[in-house]
Amino acid sequence: MAGIISFGAYVPLRRLGPGTQGWNASSEKAVANWDEDSLTMAVAAATDCLADTVRKTIDGLYFATTTPPYAEKLTATTAAWALGLRRDIATADITDSLRAGTGALRMAADAVKAGSVKNMLVTAADLRTGTGSLVNNIGDGAAALLVGEGDEIATLESGYSFNNELLDVWRATGVKNVRSWEDRFVFEEGYLKILPLAINSFLEKSGLAIEAINKAVFYGPDLRRHRQMAGLLKLKPEQVQDSLLDKLGNTGAAFSLMLLVAALEDANPGDTILLAGYGDGADVILLKVTDKIKEFKPGWGIRRSLDARMILPNIGDYHAYREFATADLERFGGASASVIARERDAIYALQGVKCLACGTVQYPPQRICTHCHTKDNFEPYSLADKKGKVFTYTLKYGGDIPAFARPSVDTMVDFEGGGRALFGMTDMITDDVKVGMDVEMSFRTLGVGGGIHNYFWRCMPPRDTWLGKETD
Amino acid sequence: MESIKDKIAVIGMGCTKFGENWDKSPEDMMVDAATEAYEDAGIEMKNIQAAWFGTTRLGTAEPCVTALKLDYIPVTRVENLCATATEALRNACFGIASGVYDIALAIGVEKLKDQGMGGLGTVTGAGGNGTMEWGMSAAMFFARMATRYMNHYGIPYDEFKQILAKISVKNHHNGSLNPRAHFQREITEEQAINAPMVSWPLGLYDACGVSDGSAAAILCRADMAKNFRDDYILVKGLGLAVGARQGYLQPSYDMVHMEETVRAGRQAYEMAGIKEPFNEIDLAEVHDCFTITEMVITEDLGFCPRGKGPEYVKNGTFQLDGELAVNPDGGLKSFGHPIGASGLRMIYEIYKQMQGKAGPRQRKNPTLGLTHNFGLNPGSGVGSVTIMGQRD
Repeated sequence: MAGIISFGAYVPLRRLGPGTQGWNASSEKAVANWDEDSLTMAVAAATDCLADTVRKTIDGLYFATTTPPYAEKLTATTAAWALGLRRDIATADITDSLRAGTGALRMAADAVKAGSVKNMLVTAADLRTGTGSLVNNIGDGAAALLVGEGDEIATLESGYSFNNELLDVWRATGVKNVRSWEDRFVFEEGYLKILPLAINSFLEKSGLAIEAINKAVFYGPDLRRHRQMAGLLKLKPEQVQDSLLDKLGNTGAAFSLMLLVAALEDANPGDTILLAGYGDGADVILLKVTDKIKEFKPGWGIRRSLDARMILPNIGDYHAYREFATADLERFGGASASVIARERDAIYALQGVKCLACGTVQYPPQRICTHCHTKDNFEPYSLADKKGKVFTYTLKYGGDIPAFARPSVDTMVDFEGGGRALFGMTDMITDDVKVGMDVEMSFRTLGVGGGIHNYFWRCMPPRDTWLGKETD
Repeated sequence: MESIKDKIAVIGMGCTKFGENWDKSPEDMMVDAATEAYEDAGIEMKNIQAAWFGTTRLGTAEPCVTALKLDYIPVTRVENLCATATEALRNACFGIASGVYDIALAIGVEKLKDQGMGGLGTVTGAGGNGTMEWGMSAAMFFARMATRYMNHYGIPYDEFKQILAKISVKNHHNGSLNPRAHFQREITEEQAINAPMVSWPLGLYDACGVSDGSAAAILCRADMAKNFRDDYILVKGLGLAVGARQGYLQPSYDMVHMEETVRAGRQAYEMAGIKEPFNEIDLAEVHDCFTITEMVITEDLGFCPRGKGPEYVKNGTFQLDGELAVNPDGGLKSFGHPIGASGLRMIYEIYKQMQGKAGPRQRKNPTLGLTHNFGLNPGSGVGSVTIMGQRD
């Protein structure tokens, strides 16, 4: 039976919270750094999900979002490239709705059941911006689920979708901020009406009582409405998956799947999980947790990700990040499509080479070995998953660096197992940067130039050094 | 392989005032530098049989030929990053040494101030592959070496900044004695240490400026030099080494030296028959694009042992009145770095010092001088060394 083989998540390090000047709320929410977007977060979540999975066994990648970097050009393709997946795979962006995440999961389950793929990687990520009350709830993050048949930790039992035409929350083409109609209409006619209707229809159709659900995982626009929904569905508190709205925020198309990851982290064999996504209608999915959950070792998931956090000192930085993300700067004329095409393995997958004659690892790829001068005798060698140490660095104060990123950290990194390369550093405390410090790699965007998103890798202090630390 | 030693003589030189020459075009500066060189050599343009022209910003030889009216003689434009002007001289030397020409012109020019640049940018990808980090500049490449140097030798930051400041103070002092320098003002250690950061740990006074300038040399067969003047000087050795990104590709590369400088120095010393550089060389014009660069160069060229640069700086060994004057004319720190002109500007100082015409900067009876350029950056660069000496 089709089911979830593995799960992963990504929550960006930064938080707006009570420690943030200009943030007038008791809750926290996760916000992406200026060099992150929906694609980079999806790659991080997928990396977490795949862990040691042999990448070449993946038959497809779906990317669910309402905020793809390109209006025309597949993001799933770039994600697959960054993850080092095969070429003969199915890729699709599933977008334009808050329900895209659950929709992608249903489509993946159907594809596996139909036998057209064995393994489908479902990724969902969002980085939305809004105004007014919306901005308080919107958070950034990503989830990834590997759907297949075999070692399922949770089987996908059945699903149900319900279509509803309503302008409650929307964003027109070319517009930056999400808009909504007035609250009472939005919730009374939308969320609070449609989601119970869909869930109850599904339960009735399946001959299930709400009491049979061990954990109900459902989308919620905000804390108050999420609580209201639990009441409408007559759920007992222990049946309700924590909405995380006061820690993570509403991560849009990724939200329901991130909550599912959180639920799976706490699930026991035999649990029945009801997953519901909302947006232009609703998706309902019933899952059954198997014995395999006991052997499954989560990586970052939601819980650990939420525990690695940096409180932004000032909300102005957050606004500056988002402003920067939409600026299309003609830096040096922008990136070159043909150069990126030639070097896409080196750029997106951080793939170097290892000399088959002398074993020297080199990045970027060379044709003649720097050490033994043997020609065209290399194997591909990825640095994306390697740990390294800062060999030397400098702090750059250049005028073209956005003020919120100044000084920026430039490093020369030596990798465990060989290889040396130059990277900007991200998600660090600048004052703590030292020669010899440990780093790991993260896929990021360097910004837009000439309408081209310039993705590359940066190094950063190991994420686990942030665990349990509360710092700004 | 033959050595170039004593085969080529420099019989005339010219050098413009370096600086923000808003009222001069590259052509104007070339005319000024070349005219001074012709007059100095006592020749006319028509005596020049071939020319090599160094520039990084002008794309062809034509602006030089047109400006100087080098009618229908062979002129080649050369470029080799920061060693561009030296490359013009080097090729002119080879042209004469081959026996094909007797008299040749080497000239370099750069007009950076027409480009709206505050500092020399370095546009390369983070991985050399078309992707671009923010704030790429020449400073960051040399700052990496500075950070590594502190760490490698365990020098505390405050002490390190003070050592670098002494280099800056020295070169600005020398520049204050040179009417052709862009900056002719002394600075203090405190000013240097407290200057705004450019690329940590390097601040504003660790960096050289951006200037315009031109310099030129007339070269001829050594055996005919006496026909022009008595106090000509001789080319003793030429060295050039180019890196292949070894410092970026090989983790064994220590990033506290520049191998290209070491190799270029070795080639030039061998040609010149120099065994003990520190004891034999009287003065050296080296590539102080940043203060850290000068300190590492003094180690790379064997002026002091590895890691002893700071000690020699503190002892004042490389001051104008020290045992080996480094950058007696004020260096890139005082002249700025019009890339295509700098190498010949350095040779101009050696030439004038050998002739006893260096005014308040004059060293006592110098016999051997060295110039050095370093292009690109530590890890992969262009190292160029030229050695000039008195005639016998």
